[in-house]
Amino acid sequence: MRKRTIPRWRAEATPLLGLCGASLVMALLMTVAMLGLVFSYGLGLFWQKRIVHFQLRDGSRWLGEVWSRETVQDPTTGRPVRRIALHHGNRDLWGTAFRWIDEADVVRQEYPPDAVRIERLAWGPAFGQPRRVWAGDRPLIDPVDVRDPVWQELFASVHQDRRVLQDVEGQIDAVNDRLERVRRRELRLRHRSVSDPSAWAALQAEKARWEGVYGILALRRAALMERLQQYVLEVAIADGTALRIPLAQIVTVIPANRMSLGERIRLYAQRYWALITENPREANTEGGIFPAIFGTVSMVLIMSLAVVPVGVMTALYLREYARQSWLTRVIRIAVNNLAAVPSIVYGVFGMGFFIYTIGTAIDQTFYPWMAPTPVFGTGGLLWASLTLALLTVPVVIVATEEALLAIQPEIRHGARALGATQWQTVRHVILPAATPGVLTGLILAIARATGEVAPLMLTGVVKLAPDLPIDDRFPFIHLERKFMHLGFHIYDVGFQSPNVDAAQPMVYNTTLLLLVIVVVLNLTAIHLRNRVRRLYHQGAL
Amino acid sequence: MQRGDAQDRALPRPLTPDHQHPIPKPSSVGVMTVHSARSSVTVPLGEVVPAAVEPTPMRVSEERYVLTPIPDPVFDIQHLSLYYGEKPALIDISFQIPRHQITAVIGPSGCGKSSFLRCLNRLNDLIDGSHIEGRVLLDGQDIYAPSMDVNELRRRVTLVFQKPNPFPKSIYDNVAFGPRIMGIRQRAVLDEIVERSLRQAALWDEVKDRLHASALQLSGGQQQRLCIARALAVDPEVLLMDEPCSALDPIATGKIEDLMVSLKENYTIVLVTHNMQQAGRVSDYTAFFYMGYLIEYQRTTDLFTHPRVRQTEDYITGRFG
Repeated sequence: MRKRTIPRWRAEATPLLGLCGASLVMALLMTVAMLGLVFSYGLGLFWQKRIVHFQLRDGSRWLGEVWSRETVQDPTTGRPVRRIALHHGNRDLWGTAFRWIDEADVVRQEYPPDAVRIERLAWGPAFGQPRRVWAGDRPLIDPVDVRDPVWQELFASVHQDRRVLQDVEGQIDAVNDRLERVRRRELRLRHRSVSDPSAWAALQAEKARWEGVYGILALRRAALMERLQQYVLEVAIADGTALRIPLAQIVTVIPANRMSLGERIRLYAQRYWALITENPREANTEGGIFPAIFGTVSMVLIMSLAVVPVGVMTALYLREYARQSWLTRVIRIAVNNLAAVPSIVYGVFGMGFFIYTIGTAIDQTFYPWMAPTPVFGTGGLLWASLTLALLTVPVVIVATEEALLAIQPEIRHGARALGATQWQTVRHVILPAATPGVLTGLILAIARATGEVAPLMLTGVVKLAPDLPIDDRFPFIHLERKFMHLGFHIYDVGFQSPNVDAAQPMVYNTTLLLLVIVVVLNLTAIHLRNRVRRLYHQGAL
Repeated sequence: MQRGDAQDRALPRPLTPDHQHPIPKPSSVGVMTVHSARSSVTVPLGEVVPAAVEPTPMRVSEERYVLTPIPDPVFDIQHLSLYYGEKPALIDISFQIPRHQITAVIGPSGCGKSSFLRCLNRLNDLIDGSHIEGRVLLDGQDIYAPSMDVNELRRRVTLVFQKPNPFPKSIYDNVAFGPRIMGIRQRAVLDEIVERSLRQAALWDEVKDRLHASALQLSGGQQQRLCIARALAVDPEVLLMDEPCSALDPIATGKIEDLMVSLKENYTIVLVTHNMQQAGRVSDYTAFFYMGYLIEYQRTTDLFTHPRVRQTEDYITGRFG
């Protein structure tokens, strides 16, 4: 035998191996860096910091939380300057909630023990030192301490009233829904030119009844509001002037400088819980993102329901029934190429096809009396889900075809040799064997769909939609409704918000939650697939 | 291709328990006979392709011998030709297959044995571009007639494949597959069919306690018997077996061979095999195929002891193949 002439390092491709390892490390680093950024910002921003009081060289005084510190170059001297981003809140007074302070300008820095952060329903948080509580125009608690049981009792009772108020508002919402239904019936009667006076009379009677109920509820609401408005908390803001905040507007009062570690952890958990479960406030910069989570998950589920049957049936026909020819090859190439079409194109197509063609047709057929108001002829959850299903169906088709290809011909022919028809073979032998592959396709489809934003913006996502697509009102599932989505929420809050700084925690935490949802949905599908695979190998499928 | 030796030409011997022996004797396996085959033509051991053995050219003999008529035939094959596209795989095959007997089909690789088997239950229909000429009569009825229900035909004439191919289902579901697609739903009936089929396939005692375990957990030989049970469960008239033992060890092979002999009481079996000893041991009639032609068809005893055609003799004595 001839002596080997290729050097060992070339035969074993040692440098290439090093390159492979380096690429892997790069990919890992990028993932870790991205996750690290999201986690550190997202998880850190809900941690209650101490409230600091700055006195500056020019005599001005500021109270708030230090948001970040950074070093910049002074444009005139070129020397580095350290500065502080201070979240001073009270946007109702100053129009902004943040300001930069040069560290050199700080004369005095202290942490006043009675300083509080007040979460409000409007205008974002306020920072100050509580002075007294007013009931109308007489002082009720003076001075007030937010750890004092008297204050806590008052605040709790106000909260109670606010919950009652919310309840009443919920009822008003329900009555409005009734009135809307009556209005639709009226439109329907008019559209059909019904002249039967009894029908109209019944309609009028129902309308009058609900309007009566509405009147009563509105009165109750007004009374509650008035009662709630009479209690006012007066706080001294940084420069000592008084700020009066109605108790009804206050969500919580946080004595940030007097909290134990346990209280801080509890507050942190509460904030996170509120983020997940509550409706947004303040142009989405505060409150929670529950409707967005709900919208994202329901959209992905509806998409899955649509994409799996269509994808599987297409692949089955292409692989099992159609004669393999140049036509099936062309179709296969076309399907693969569909996966590369920019998603915004799908959005445009979804809008043109689903909304304007099918939606309008549905409206003309089933809801002619609603014209010109569209029901299905406008963006909505159903259309957005179907658009995403269209976007992801190539993935499912390709994965299913791969799974079908992997089934040995002996198994197929074995069933046919026993007299099974093509369909019986597909139904009882081939489909069970292909199910894990189908689920792999679904996993990929979910991963792709959860992160898509562009097509949704054209087909039904909105900035704010507190009415969930599933609720307790007939017919319970409202697929025509517009919905919120985490991905769009990130874009909206992060880049379209009037108060970008305040929205920062929102952006990172929304990103975090979106990642969590993608992971959870994927893990569910992977678990399902492994289960199916196990069942299949145990022969139980 | 294995080579038969002089002793093997005295086949078939009566079925003795020798092939059930855990370590089969050389003559029953056929893989150890090479030396004797060489010595029979006085060629020194270890030499490659001795000149004394004239390599037969790739030429189909003009001589043919087909035993006819056969008493009580199940299949009457008349001038059957099979084409894959333009390429002929079988050319003008005519012979009859007797009822409740084992008919072996032998021949070198690529001679069309398996294709022929698949013509008998129209499994070739599944291959794009295949078509046949001639007629195949099953009990006097042309199976390629347009009025034939192909799925019904495949239940009457079922095929056991070369490689065990149990479905990835439980043992029970494998056997019940055929009855179920025929529409049998009653549990009791299915239970009875499953037990009967597994008993017929001599597998019942081995699996009766784990009917709902996966069929894939069985050994190769058990899987093949399961496939036979699965075929029997549709109550066929004819069992086609396409080299059912080629993927099995000698012990499993012995079991399947015993099984075939016991099944011929109730079923007609057509067996394709590479193994001439096997054909000699179990079959009643043997057909020798070569390059798509039927060269010789006789009673097995006669074919192996007094082949009428030179090419058959060359093949069974191992001079080519």
